Amino acid sequence: MTDLVNIPSASLETATQPENLRRVAIDPLTRVEGHGKVTLLLDEHDRVHQVRLHIVEFRGFERFIQGRPYWEVPVMVQRLCGICPVSHHLAAAKALDVIVGARTLTPTAEKVRRLMHYGQILQSHALHFFHLASPDLLFGFDSDASRRNLVAVAQAYPDIIRKGVLLRKFGQEVIRVTAGKRIHGTGAIPGGVNKNVSRAERDALLTDIYQVIAWSREAVALARQLYEQDPALYGEFGTIRAHQLCLVRADGAMDLYHGGLRARTADGETLFDHVDYARYWEHILEEVKPWSYMKFPFLRALGPEQGWYRVGPLARVSLCDTIPTPFADHARREFLAYADGVAARATLGTHWARMIEMLHAAEVIKELLHDPDIHGEALVVQGERAERGVGVIEAPRGTLIHHYRVNEDDVVTRCNLIVSTTHNNQALNESIRQVARRYLDGRRLTEGLLNHIEVAIRAFDPCLSCATHALGQMPLAVELVDAAGQTVDRITRDVPTAC
Amino acid sequence: MLAVGNPSRGDDALGPLLVASLQARPLAGVELLTDFQLQVEHVLDMRGRQTVVFVDAAASGPAPYAFYRVSPHRDASHSSHALSPQALLDTYSGLYGTPPAAHVLAIRGYDFCLGADLTGQARDNLAAAETYLLQWLTTCG
Repeated sequence: MTDLVNIPSASLETATQPENLRRVAIDPLTRVEGHGKVTLLLDEHDRVHQVRLHIVEFRGFERFIQGRPYWEVPVMVQRLCGICPVSHHLAAAKALDVIVGARTLTPTAEKVRRLMHYGQILQSHALHFFHLASPDLLFGFDSDASRRNLVAVAQAYPDIIRKGVLLRKFGQEVIRVTAGKRIHGTGAIPGGVNKNVSRAERDALLTDIYQVIAWSREAVALARQLYEQDPALYGEFGTIRAHQLCLVRADGAMDLYHGGLRARTADGETLFDHVDYARYWEHILEEVKPWSYMKFPFLRALGPEQGWYRVGPLARVSLCDTIPTPFADHARREFLAYADGVAARATLGTHWARMIEMLHAAEVIKELLHDPDIHGEALVVQGERAERGVGVIEAPRGTLIHHYRVNEDDVVTRCNLIVSTTHNNQALNESIRQVARRYLDGRRLTEGLLNHIEVAIRAFDPCLSCATHALGQMPLAVELVDAAGQTVDRITRDVPTAC
Repeated sequence: MLAVGNPSRGDDALGPLLVASLQARPLAGVELLTDFQLQVEHVLDMRGRQTVVFVDAAASGPAPYAFYRVSPHRDASHSSHALSPQALLDTYSGLYGTPPAAHVLAIRGYDFCLGADLTGQARDNLAAAETYLLQWLTTCG
């Protein structure tokens, strides 16, 4: 391991003399949704002086929404992201509930939305673990690049991939039933939902749910097994000391659909708890940095330098007092107890936490499918109109905030979105800097070493989505650029772009 | 027929728009699906099919469209949030054996900005692609 004492900028955010350094860009990242890249500035001895994750931001999203009638918003926001459209759909609907005065939804509306949300959690987590992360975890971070892919996993572990596909498909079927359509669903509307779940739809889902729970339990065991294969590596790789934030239920239990905000420091000290998210800006502010399109949120009480934090599965499983389903809560307790809590602080422990959440989602789906309220006929409520509405949800990747102002003509005049990946912006940067210090500093770069950076990023499963993926727009390249900006070397990954 | 694209990103809407247009026609034996992007679970949609046509907007390549056969091929889109048609076919091969015959209809687009309208050129390309596809469906079916 390289000693960093002699490197002027130990934080690795900004090099002191960048003009004398060469630049390596991992551009764009593979297995990460949307457009992102990592730049490294190295000196002639391959020592790392600066590491930054750049993301093409979502700032156009707000302008896309402003000027539209509010009732269009839950449908339109799904087009912000092809990966988590349901999360945007529900966060927008929750914000607009406030606008239409729907303080309390009908039991049917609340439970159908929850069913939709936990279907989304299940399918998203399945995709991430089985298809995006498993090649690295099963074969090794610097294994042959030709092996680190889905088909290689399918050949070596066909059962794992088959179950992953079917778990994801089940989650999407839950979404189709509750949202009305496979994509661009309209299920959640301001004040409630526009359809219930029929008994026939319920019966079809019940046919598979017990298998889904069984496979989810196996997935938790697999995630643990992978961690236990090399606990030293998993415990330290990309691991950072981060404050954490998530929603929790009124009794402190995990609730991914609704709750109050809880934040704790890296030492476990509670900064705030059960905070009404309707005034989130009293606790969370956003900082702009000149080198990034994406803002850097921070906890107001700690300031921009010290107040960055982590959201997502690791934060949620660590911060909640309990998980209100039996198998998942048992798994949570084992996770927290593992090696005196080391796994619960480890960046790669996120995969284990993610599978615990997937199991929880499966259990919640089962409970909701047995709840007769999902067949009810009372779907929508309205009340006294408000000018401003905030909706917050725990999306698969973390806390998602939608905030709207609507004028008397029913038009959205202001919109602010803080998506999960934005919350995690600084945490992502800190994590890859830790990896750069530990694995890259002073070493000749190889594809396998660069993949270490991506492994750390993938643990967060960032969604950098723009949902544009047209043929010809998927160049995957690693570029080595010298200090004068000249491209010295370039590796292009084999992605077909034309006939 | 599996069309992919985001209807709110300008010419990225070409695939879904083609499917929307075809839905108004009686096409025996043709199932029309749309999604934002190709992902691993679409292997399940391909099971039991004779032929699959992937329809997508193309940010580069010939106008008004390109139509070509695709085969399983492992590429860097594997394990990505958005698989290429070739990678999807490769995944199918890994899980279920020989995939159905597959073609790509790549309709040339020009502007993919969030909130943008379909460009005039893309609209013309869409019309040409639809005419060709209907002809192809007649001859191949």
